[in-house]
Amino acid sequence: MADTPILLREQQYHRIKAVLARLRMDSSAKVVFLVDKDGQEIAAQGEVGNLDTTSLASLAAGNVAATGGMAQLIGEKEFPTLSHEGEKESIHISVVGRLLLVVVFDDRSSLGLVKLRSKQVSHQLAAIFEEIVAEDYDVDSPFAGITDEDIDSLFS
Amino acid sequence: MTFINYASREINCKIVYYGPGLCGKTTNLQYIFDSTAPQARGKLISLATETDRTLFFDFMPLELGTVRGFKTRFHLYTVPGQVFYDASRKLILKGVDGVVFVADSQEERMDANIESLYNLEENLQSQGYDLMKIPYVLQLNKRDLENIVPAEDLAAELQRKGEPVIEAVASTGQGVFDTLKAVAKQVLTELRKG
Repeated sequence: MADTPILLREQQYHRIKAVLARLRMDSSAKVVFLVDKDGQEIAAQGEVGNLDTTSLASLAAGNVAATGGMAQLIGEKEFPTLSHEGEKESIHISVVGRLLLVVVFDDRSSLGLVKLRSKQVSHQLAAIFEEIVAEDYDVDSPFAGITDEDIDSLFS
Repeated sequence: MTFINYASREINCKIVYYGPGLCGKTTNLQYIFDSTAPQARGKLISLATETDRTLFFDFMPLELGTVRGFKTRFHLYTVPGQVFYDASRKLILKGVDGVVFVADSQEERMDANIESLYNLEENLQSQGYDLMKIPYVLQLNKRDLENIVPAEDLAAELQRKGEPVIEAVASTGQGVFDTLKAVAKQVLTELRKG
């Protein structure tokens, strides 16, 4: 059996967006986004423009999974933060439970500031996500009544 | 893990293509990428070696259409097939909603198929999944080659639970979308159960 689906409701989504917007402002970042550890993008905030956030989310999750695997090989549980500094653009990723908080920034900000601000909001994001996963999937999922015809229509 | 976002009216599912080295996992994704309208898919990300062998994974998001007002997006992944990349394969199975096992039909790859299938069962277990319970499709690839095992013999050896068996030639696209459809259908049907 695959995992139970996660339902992200509008109200929770907007709360997450608000936290991300605040983080983006406080850390002078370009883009801030939240990703599930499996690589699914949950929400993004900032100068997304042409940025391929879907691919970035998948690669960020792959990156954290790979370094997490290395951590375990040397006897660590995981590496809670990852930073990649480029000539102009940089990325900081922090692990917040089963979420990854990804911040893309340039020389308008600094790694120290991004680290500090990311840490400050991580508990808020973790609390919202705990509410999300605690929800019962069966309650009113639009897919509980999905028919074979609905599914077939995708492939016709 | 399926992710249903009410705000963006999207549903996201993860499908992993598994199988022995050089069986055609990346070719499946490449064909889907080449024959899908750009607006329905994202980039095909390939983390490969200099000789084009998959190093970590290939990834491609694909939008199939709308169900009950929700856009259905499938995140397609492949694993590296070579035996020594097992740590990477385990990681990629995290949060999987459906698996396609791509078998290489050539006689000399029979042992590699069996080994890879055993490895899939083991790695799924290590992530808390049971092959017998997750959406799953068996694709018999490379049916155009000469030295192949008859389809019924391959199926008898590799089929685990009455899953759909699809004959394919991924390089020309034969069976590629049938395979995707078969696994996607099972994933969406699972949502009905919750």
